[in-house]
Amino acid sequence: MSKPLISVRGLTKKFGDFTAVDGIDFDVAKGESFGLLGPNGAGKSTTMRILAATSTRTSGTVEILDKDPELFGPLVRAHLGVVPQQDNLDGELTVTENLYIYGRYFGLSKKFIKGKIEELLEFAQLEEKRDVKVEALSGGMKRRLTIARGLVSEPDILLLDEPTTGLDPQARHILWDRLFRLKEQGVTLVLTTHFMDEAEQLCDRLVVMDNGAIMAEGSPSGLIKEYSSKEVLEVRFGSDRNKEVAPQLSQMCERMETLPDRVLMYTEDGEALLEQIMQAKLHPTTSLVRRSSLEDVFLRLTGRTLIE
Amino acid sequence: MNAGIDVPQIQRFGALYIASARLKSMSKWKTIIAAVDVGNPLFYLIAVGIGIGVLVEQGSGTSGTNGIKYIAFIAPALLANTAITGIMDETVFPTIEGFKWRKLFFAQNSTPITGRQIAIGVYLAALCRAIFSVTVYYILLLAFDVVNFGISVLLMPIAVLGGGAFGALMLFAAAKIEKEDQFFNILGRLVIMPMFLFSGTFFPLSSMPIYLQPIGWISPLWHATELGREAAFDYGISSTMVIVHLAFLITMLVTGLTLATRQFEKRLAK
Repeated sequence: MSKPLISVRGLTKKFGDFTAVDGIDFDVAKGESFGLLGPNGAGKSTTMRILAATSTRTSGTVEILDKDPELFGPLVRAHLGVVPQQDNLDGELTVTENLYIYGRYFGLSKKFIKGKIEELLEFAQLEEKRDVKVEALSGGMKRRLTIARGLVSEPDILLLDEPTTGLDPQARHILWDRLFRLKEQGVTLVLTTHFMDEAEQLCDRLVVMDNGAIMAEGSPSGLIKEYSSKEVLEVRFGSDRNKEVAPQLSQMCERMETLPDRVLMYTEDGEALLEQIMQAKLHPTTSLVRRSSLEDVFLRLTGRTLIE
Repeated sequence: MNAGIDVPQIQRFGALYIASARLKSMSKWKTIIAAVDVGNPLFYLIAVGIGIGVLVEQGSGTSGTNGIKYIAFIAPALLANTAITGIMDETVFPTIEGFKWRKLFFAQNSTPITGRQIAIGVYLAALCRAIFSVTVYYILLLAFDVVNFGISVLLMPIAVLGGGAFGALMLFAAAKIEKEDQFFNILGRLVIMPMFLFSGTFFPLSSMPIYLQPIGWISPLWHATELGREAAFDYGISSTMVIVHLAFLITMLVTGLTLATRQFEKRLAK
């Protein structure tokens, strides 16, 4: 196997007494799509800022393309495309002006950038908005432009911090489609997210983070297999009765989580389990059989849901 | 990667890339900037030259101003003050915007550009604005026959130096503060206003009580004004004092810029 593009060992970042990132290790290989999944405050964005060679670390080692980002910031950043959590486009400038100016920061020639802009406008589906001021764009368009901007220098690695947070479902799907294309082109993607569906869609491999530490690592399907059952039966009995029937339910399955609004029952065969509950005359008000997701993995690992 | 990124080139010219981006943003406001830079001197030259100046000269002739026409006496100060306010606008607002309002600096810093280059780029663009404002003002001074074309062109670089010294400190201050609303109140009312009034602008500093004179001593406006008067009218300042004025302004500029570049790097690396 070739050397990883990113190699992180014992990475720790403290802000005063608060430990934002607590000794994490991971590698990212060339062409891989790697995710950091965790709730807000898990230390994902802090890790990303360190990977982006803009923030310093308290201890540990980080190597990006064989270089320490803290010592060789500009050299490392020359190979990165960065899409921050909050769009930091220049709202007073137009779409193409934003792309052009950003390209100039990489010292790229006018000719190269002009050609690249056409390619990126098409990729971001913003051809018709090329001369529109950025402040007039929708949230989804701004997000696509920020991603396009990150690609202007043809980076080896694209870092995306919460790429679809704050977007409506349709805009999210358009964005996923764009990112999937990049993945197909062999661009190495590193992204953070607190949406398990996003992680499942986009990541070949991911780490689950909580309180600055890595709880588990693997492919989405591998993690589900390891930490959850094949199927999940979600039953609701009304908020008062959920707790009441819990002891009886727990006898029927391998594992169970009682959430305020519903009970999650982990099983290999959801329909059969539901049948069993009906026979016991427990009569849930609603029931749903679904496949296990990363949300269930997170719940298993931390006892909490991703979005609280 | 085949885009042709030349990191050593960026390390040499990065500040200029930032400056040119700032100038591009400024150019979106060119009508307003031009209106301010032409309108402001016009108001002063009319109000002071025709109004207050006549009153002063009726009172004491030109004895209080070393024989210089009143409007000419205050012209170097007005010019330096224009450089100061111009450069302040183009350092304070872009810096707070860059760090806080729209976080543009974080976008710039995610390229090979460094915090130091961002600070210097913003500063250079602000200097361009000051040069523009001062040039417009100088042309109006000529048009109003306040100064004669000649050695008085020195008023322009002196004014820009005064503005540059103050602007360097403002660049640092704007990068340092986290809560900008009080900052604007303090800056406008407790720094800019007293500096404008007590820097020997409208009357020689020596005519003020001694306990008020230190305001002038630490004011870049006073140093630039004194230098300007000497350059344009042979005001009678000793060559030692000329050196003191120059040294003060250069020290302030270098110190401000050093502090600012450090603060930019520190805040971006948080």
